[in-house]
Amino acid sequence: MSGIAGERRERTKIFPTLVLLAGAAYCLTPVAWVFVAASKAPGELFNSFTFAPGTGLLDNLARLFSHDDGAYGLWALNSLLYAGVGGALSTLVSASAGYALAKFDFRGGRIFFATIIAGLLIPGITLAVPQYLLLSDLQLAGTQWSVLLPSIVSPFGIYLCRVYAAATIPAEMLEAARIDGAGEWRIFRAVVLPLMVPGMVTVFLLQFVGIWNNFLLPYIMLSDTRTFPLTVGLNSLLERGSGAPSLYSLAIVGAALAIVPLTALVLFLQRFWRLDLIAGGVKG
Amino acid sequence: MPNPVAAEPATPPATEGVPSPRRRRRRALAPYLFSAPAMLLYLLFTVIPIGYALVTSFFAQRRVGGGPLGTRSTVFVWFDNYAGVLDDPRLIGGLGRLALYGIIAVPFTLGLALLFALLLDTPGVKLRRFGRTAIFLPYAVPGVVAALMWGFMYLAGTSPFSHVTRSLGWGDIPFLEPGGIYPSLANISIWGGTGFNMLIIYTALRGIPPQLIEAARLDGAGEVQIALRIKVPMVGPALILTSIFGLLGALQLYGEPLMLKPLTNTISTTWAPLMAIYQDAFVLDNLHDAAAASIVLAVGTALVSTAVLATVRIAMKRRLR
Repeated sequence: MSGIAGERRERTKIFPTLVLLAGAAYCLTPVAWVFVAASKAPGELFNSFTFAPGTGLLDNLARLFSHDDGAYGLWALNSLLYAGVGGALSTLVSASAGYALAKFDFRGGRIFFATIIAGLLIPGITLAVPQYLLLSDLQLAGTQWSVLLPSIVSPFGIYLCRVYAAATIPAEMLEAARIDGAGEWRIFRAVVLPLMVPGMVTVFLLQFVGIWNNFLLPYIMLSDTRTFPLTVGLNSLLERGSGAPSLYSLAIVGAALAIVPLTALVLFLQRFWRLDLIAGGVKG
Repeated sequence: MPNPVAAEPATPPATEGVPSPRRRRRRALAPYLFSAPAMLLYLLFTVIPIGYALVTSFFAQRRVGGGPLGTRSTVFVWFDNYAGVLDDPRLIGGLGRLALYGIIAVPFTLGLALLFALLLDTPGVKLRRFGRTAIFLPYAVPGVVAALMWGFMYLAGTSPFSHVTRSLGWGDIPFLEPGGIYPSLANISIWGGTGFNMLIIYTALRGIPPQLIEAARLDGAGEVQIALRIKVPMVGPALILTSIFGLLGALQLYGEPLMLKPLTNTISTTWAPLMAIYQDAFVLDNLHDAAAASIVLAVGTALVSTAVLATVRIAMKRRLR
């Protein structure tokens, strides 16, 4: 994907390159800072030049993982549960609905799609309070289900899957499978799903990152520390930190550690993204 | 997710050629079954909550009956809650602060995203792969974690920037003071949002037919001219999409100010509109006002995005003429 336009022998453009590097520096500075700050013992945090590495990294890590009976580890597992399971289910649900909307002309389909588009414009946050009321009537508020279930619905995911299915699944192929006597469910599993994998990877990544980064929904739904994802857990550390500065350094180490797995995942999977889905104009 | 279709046994081998009536019926049913899980979940977690909020917003807890022992009950109050919401200084103030924040955050995010995307697409610019990855990296950092990191970089005691200005004798930079809080908050979302938008715009740029660019180059157009006259108009749809997303994101400002709150007195408990809604619902236990405020915010969001969409469309049409 990269460097295609630069293969011709071009003179290096110095000023534009510097601008790009300035952007890169702007984006990397806070990440570098948080890792340096994570290495500082609580006493050093406020008393040394902020980009000078400290001496307390291992100590901080030990304190982080033992804090509140290992709450941090639980938060990380919860984040993985919500984002992993929620993202996977969301992708499957979106793919099957997107396929139905793209390849079948059925009564109610248009209306459903119009509602989905309208759903794109509703800020998820506006829904969080009524969702809480509803789930607390169902006795589900405060449980892990209350975060997992609403995360599965994704109007954007359904929209992208519809776009992708419309662009990549040839109608003749479906017809041929039908003439061969394959049932609809088998066609979906054996013909449609394999063709949709690249689009589904994109939807999964968007959903995974979206759920992992979500704050308001779990913040509203959950009250038990043991069910928190990382975002809400770190917020609770910081909130109590105003009374106990040692929690500040815990929050910083926790933040540094929290960005490692997701960054690795996103950088690794970057190449499988089909962002042309979003940018408009998918070519099979 | 138990897909309802999954329960069906594998289809028995059918007779060749003409589909049986049973098979035709199944085929008519298939799209419903395929979209059933999504429809059901959408109904349950989007349509019904909105309906619920709408109904709740028209009721209120009122004292009914006279005397000191008048009972409290829930009564239908028409648009009273909405009048109350639109009159609420907390929410009005919050919307004003949100606007100020959005006016900085959205144009900068999109402007930088477009600039970097164009640089990535310009021959002769070096280290493009590194630049792209570095600028995209913040996408993987949750907004609240970004707020936490920047918060400590703003806080006078730990800030590397204030450390430098202090040693130069200029004192601390007022990142978290009333005057500095808007750019400081906007900076957090600019930092987090630029990379993703850059990638979308860059992907759209790569879709422009190379012959078009080549022809312009042969005609002697400079790279800046090509960027402004050809590339930017050609990626119009991607720009519209990213600006809508940027706007929606800005209106949902919540986690970032909440995260900075423990570090500064500048941010009150009702600084952003959503913080006021949260307070109504969960601290003051006034669900009716919270529901009305949620609806107002949702409608406002829809209006703003539609207005932006329309403006951009008109502007683009005019340009094409």
